[in-house]
Amino acid sequence: MSTSLDIRLKRANKVYHEGEVLAGVVVIVSKEAVQHQGISLSMEGVVNLQLSSKSVGVFEAFYNSVKPIQLISGNIEVVKPGKVPSGKTEIPFEFPLHVKGNKVLYETYHGVFVNIQYTLRCDMKRSLLAKDLSKTCEFMVHSQPQKEKLLPSPVDFTITPETLQNVRERSGLPRFQIRGRLNSTSCVITQPLTGELVVESSEVPVKSIELQLVRVETCGCAEGYARDATEIQNIQIAEGDVCHGLPIPIYMVFPRLFTCPTLETTNFKVEFEVNIVTVLHDDHLITENFPLKLYRV
Amino acid sequence: SGSHLTAKMSAVQWHSRNRPYEAELAAGCLGAVPVEAGDYHPLKPITVTDTRTRRPGRKGSSSSSSSSSSSAPDPLSSMLDGTDPLSMFAAAAGDASVPTASGESGRKRREKEEEEGVGIDFEPWATKRSEILARFTTTEKLSINLFMGLDKGKAPSPGSAVSEKVRTRLEELDDLEEGSQKEMLNLSQQDYVNRIEELNQSLKEAWASDQKVRALKIVIQCSKLLSDTAVIQFYPSKFVLITDILDTFGRLVYERIWTMCSDSKPFPESFSPEDVNDTAKETCLNWFFKIASIRELIPRLYVEAAILKCHRFLSKAWVSSNLSNLSKLLMSAPLVICHRSLLAQIGMEVSPHLKDSLNRNFFDLLTTFQQVHSDSVQNQLLLQHVEIPAYLILYSPAVHWILQCVSYRAPEALLTEMMERCKQLGNNALLLNSVMSAFRPEFVAARATDFIGMIKECDEAGFPKHLLFGSLGRSLASADPPEADRLGILNEAWKVITKLRSPQDYINCAEIWVEFTCRHFTKREVNTVLSDIIKHMTPDRAFEDAYPQLQSVIRKILTYFQDFSVLFSMERFLPFLDMFQKDSVRVEVCRSIMEVFIRCQQEPTRDPVILNALLHVCKTMHDSVKIKTNIGIKCSLKLLLYCIFRRCKIVKSPCDETFVLISVKLCTCRFENPVLVFFCQTVNQLAMETRRVMRGNHSRKTAAFVRACAAYSFITIPSLTSIFSRLNLYLLSGQVALANQCLSQADAFLKASVSLLPEVPRSLSVDGKLRSSEGFLLEFINNFLSTLLVVPDHPEQGVLYLVRGLLNIIQDYTWEDNSDAKVRLYISALHLLAALSQENYLYCVPKVDSNETLYGGDPKFVAEINKLCETLIGQVLDHLKTLGREETLRRQSSLAFSLFSSLVAHADLRNNRLNQLAINLWSLSQRHGFADTRTSVRTLEFIKQQSRQPDMAHFSELALRLPLQTRT
Repeated sequence: MSTSLDIRLKRANKVYHEGEVLAGVVVIVSKEAVQHQGISLSMEGVVNLQLSSKSVGVFEAFYNSVKPIQLISGNIEVVKPGKVPSGKTEIPFEFPLHVKGNKVLYETYHGVFVNIQYTLRCDMKRSLLAKDLSKTCEFMVHSQPQKEKLLPSPVDFTITPETLQNVRERSGLPRFQIRGRLNSTSCVITQPLTGELVVESSEVPVKSIELQLVRVETCGCAEGYARDATEIQNIQIAEGDVCHGLPIPIYMVFPRLFTCPTLETTNFKVEFEVNIVTVLHDDHLITENFPLKLYRV
Repeated sequence: SGSHLTAKMSAVQWHSRNRPYEAELAAGCLGAVPVEAGDYHPLKPITVTDTRTRRPGRKGSSSSSSSSSSSAPDPLSSMLDGTDPLSMFAAAAGDASVPTASGESGRKRREKEEEEGVGIDFEPWATKRSEILARFTTTEKLSINLFMGLDKGKAPSPGSAVSEKVRTRLEELDDLEEGSQKEMLNLSQQDYVNRIEELNQSLKEAWASDQKVRALKIVIQCSKLLSDTAVIQFYPSKFVLITDILDTFGRLVYERIWTMCSDSKPFPESFSPEDVNDTAKETCLNWFFKIASIRELIPRLYVEAAILKCHRFLSKAWVSSNLSNLSKLLMSAPLVICHRSLLAQIGMEVSPHLKDSLNRNFFDLLTTFQQVHSDSVQNQLLLQHVEIPAYLILYSPAVHWILQCVSYRAPEALLTEMMERCKQLGNNALLLNSVMSAFRPEFVAARATDFIGMIKECDEAGFPKHLLFGSLGRSLASADPPEADRLGILNEAWKVITKLRSPQDYINCAEIWVEFTCRHFTKREVNTVLSDIIKHMTPDRAFEDAYPQLQSVIRKILTYFQDFSVLFSMERFLPFLDMFQKDSVRVEVCRSIMEVFIRCQQEPTRDPVILNALLHVCKTMHDSVKIKTNIGIKCSLKLLLYCIFRRCKIVKSPCDETFVLISVKLCTCRFENPVLVFFCQTVNQLAMETRRVMRGNHSRKTAAFVRACAAYSFITIPSLTSIFSRLNLYLLSGQVALANQCLSQADAFLKASVSLLPEVPRSLSVDGKLRSSEGFLLEFINNFLSTLLVVPDHPEQGVLYLVRGLLNIIQDYTWEDNSDAKVRLYISALHLLAALSQENYLYCVPKVDSNETLYGGDPKFVAEINKLCETLIGQVLDHLKTLGREETLRRQSSLAFSLFSSLVAHADLRNNRLNQLAINLWSLSQRHGFADTRTSVRTLEFIKQQSRQPDMAHFSELALRLPLQTRT
């Protein structure tokens, strides 16, 4: 009874690019021979869009536009109905990752409202008495490297009470001055975000300085859209009352899966931003926002 | 008086035979045969050949010296002086290292070190670790705050990238521990350490049961504890404890990835990233990504640092770039320097070649240093009631460690640059301190004068200066500054040290500088230093809190001054010793002095200064020995005392001796048997030595001295526990007193031993076994009897009162059943009595008139003896009669033969009754076939031979009347 079905991809990191061949083996392990009605593999790449609850009421009109978008699909029969011998059986397979028409394989991305996911599913059909077996496995797709050369776009910034927006009562603010620099807002996704920051003065001691990585996902089209910004991760870069005048490094690794090269399509958009958040001891929260552009090279 | 004995009517009247002792000697003496050097003879002096390897410094690998001593070697001193196995081992190691260091293998080793980056001369973290743990302690209550499920909401779970399986597992874990916030308050330091150890264990368990996420969580939570600066005094220790956990974690991860690499064949220890398979690389990357997304700064840094070594699996370039990233990331947070030290530690481990990052690290640190004086830090310190100097000291291990890493095999230029930087920072004391302790002592020593200048310019408020001088002193203790500067340095340093107000600070610093003083200066300077220390430590009994340091001072002085005449000529040395007023410490100190003395003083000395001082030391030590003192310590002290007195030639002039004796007495009264026995022997030896010096003619002074010796023994002996030691010593001392013409003393000794005899138990334990005392007793009494020959009778007592007293004791003693001991002693006494009745005694004590001259063969005296003999013979005969039973016939025979022999030797057998008695005894001994034929035959031969002597013709007739038994 104990028959197991598994998919093993050739690449340990499960990362593939458009035009490459997704190769691996289907592994069947069983103590006795298994009778089956055929084993098949199906590969699929889908963009799932979802509306946030706050958008639902407003944009019911274009509900239709948020149905899943299929990027790629394929189906092959690996083994014809018959019998798999007892023991471990490995059946190799290959899927060429070719897209039809002018479709593009977007990079794998796990977000809140946008999900781009590639799966490989193996099914073993069996007689009525035995349950069908199936196994799903996700594989990653990295989009094609960008053709043109990426130019660094450094940003210098200064944060003082005066530079702040959205302040209710500017007079209640303690005095502070923070200067800094992001080495580039156009980032290579595999390289960390770098820069440095100097607390030049602060009336109230600093409690913490954090880097907040934010995704901005937009669903919809020209008629109307929902745009939501949510936090991916928050990385503390300084704790306590930092030494004034000392450059503090800004350093953040982009998490895999949760980030992808900045993506803009007709139906949806995935963009990223970083917030430099300074928390003062009196719980004042000072946020400076920087839009980022992520690339894969 | 002999009332018991005289009562019985005896059948035989005694007549002693006249013994021409000199003629007998001449006739009976065998010529001595000289023994050749090579011949074996059991009585030849023991020759000891001892082969000892000389110090490794000598060129000739080892030379063996053979020394022959006239007496057996002193087992104790050989134990203490000899090369002990440990130092032999060390010497061997030293030997081994000398050639290799310069030879080819040395170069190879150096190359290997280059490869590894760190040589054996690098003080490893592990030693620092225990140092820190021991130094930074607290009595305040600590708390541990662990939020096991806290991460869930805030950051996207770092593990979710791996696979569905991990994701679900993670969620399960989260559910399991959601809100399982554990807060432990009021932990003592030990509790805290235990808790951390528990965490370490649970980390290992989690790892072993494949709960990697849980393991990571534990590590993160632990490193979070490092951002808590409450109870700041404990922080360095906390740091050490927690980095231990991190180390464990780093090792686990590394090992796991390493095993993933070895698919089938074992994976080599030295590998390059190309050898690593994709799965392993992917796992490794996963770890780094997971850790990179840890929200909080400190856990992220620490955990990343912990697994930094794993970069080896990815690429070489990674390591250096990440290290510099890490070092850049290290900013802010209180006590960030600790964090830096961790980096340096890991840096050293991963890639010791990357000195650049270390240097930059250090310079960054200099910049951050100003932070210490910021308001927030000050407020925090105020809150925790920590003074700035105390706070700064918390930094010292970290700064020290970094500097050690930086300066390790660093070029001079770099060190000079560092020094300059420190100067620029206004001679920051903390840094200066670490520079002095971390840089090579030679470097510091060469610039000692500069350093003193810098120390003087330091800000007084921040870092205590005595610590700075302490560090400088430590450097100078192991490396020598230029000769010309030395005195200046000492003066400058001591000027500051002597002004320290707190005794604790003072002694900590002074203790260090004593070494420098001893190393380069004479006893004069050391003496000055000692008197200064005494001056500082005496008020308010400050020394009570400084015993370890004071002991260390003594140790250092002993290391450099091994000539005791110099050592003890330091006036303040003994007063210094007086500061040790706690018994255990005082014993310890005295002991170390004595040990050094025994080691260094090979020849016996008679230098009065040494003797006086040493006696003072011994006395001090002795006074500190209490009943409670550990037996082991007592024993070792005994040995020491023994050895010391073997080394000292005490005899010099009688005056000194008396003093010495009194001191010796003072020194010993608390010690048990062996030492006391030794001293009694020594005192007796002293008396005999005096006698020899005076050629037997005591002056008034010496006579008084020998009497004092006797008095010493007389009062010491009763305190011995072993009864036979007492008896033998009484006897010995009696003999010595006699030899020194102290008649009444001798009398007292002998009387004392006689009156002690009834107390001898019938059995005593020898080596833990119960044995009959009879043998010992017989031996002693026989010995005693032979002494009695020369003891003149006391004028106020009756004739032979000592002999009578002894005989009475023998008679009343409860001997063992079925024992002939009593009778055998009677026979022995018979011999004595016979000897006493001679005209000229067999031996005499020069200048002492024995009974022979006192009585001059007075017939009354002889009659008295004869009467005693009759009684004794009667006693023996009575006893023989009781042995007539079958089972005692053998004893009867032997005893009869014994009495027969005595008669032959001592009795005048021309007397018919005695003659008849002898014949009867002979036949009694032969009658039942128990006589030893060979002895009988030889006795007969002897008698025949004797008959040829003048006046002995009657022996031939006697021989004819002695039939040998016939064997049936």
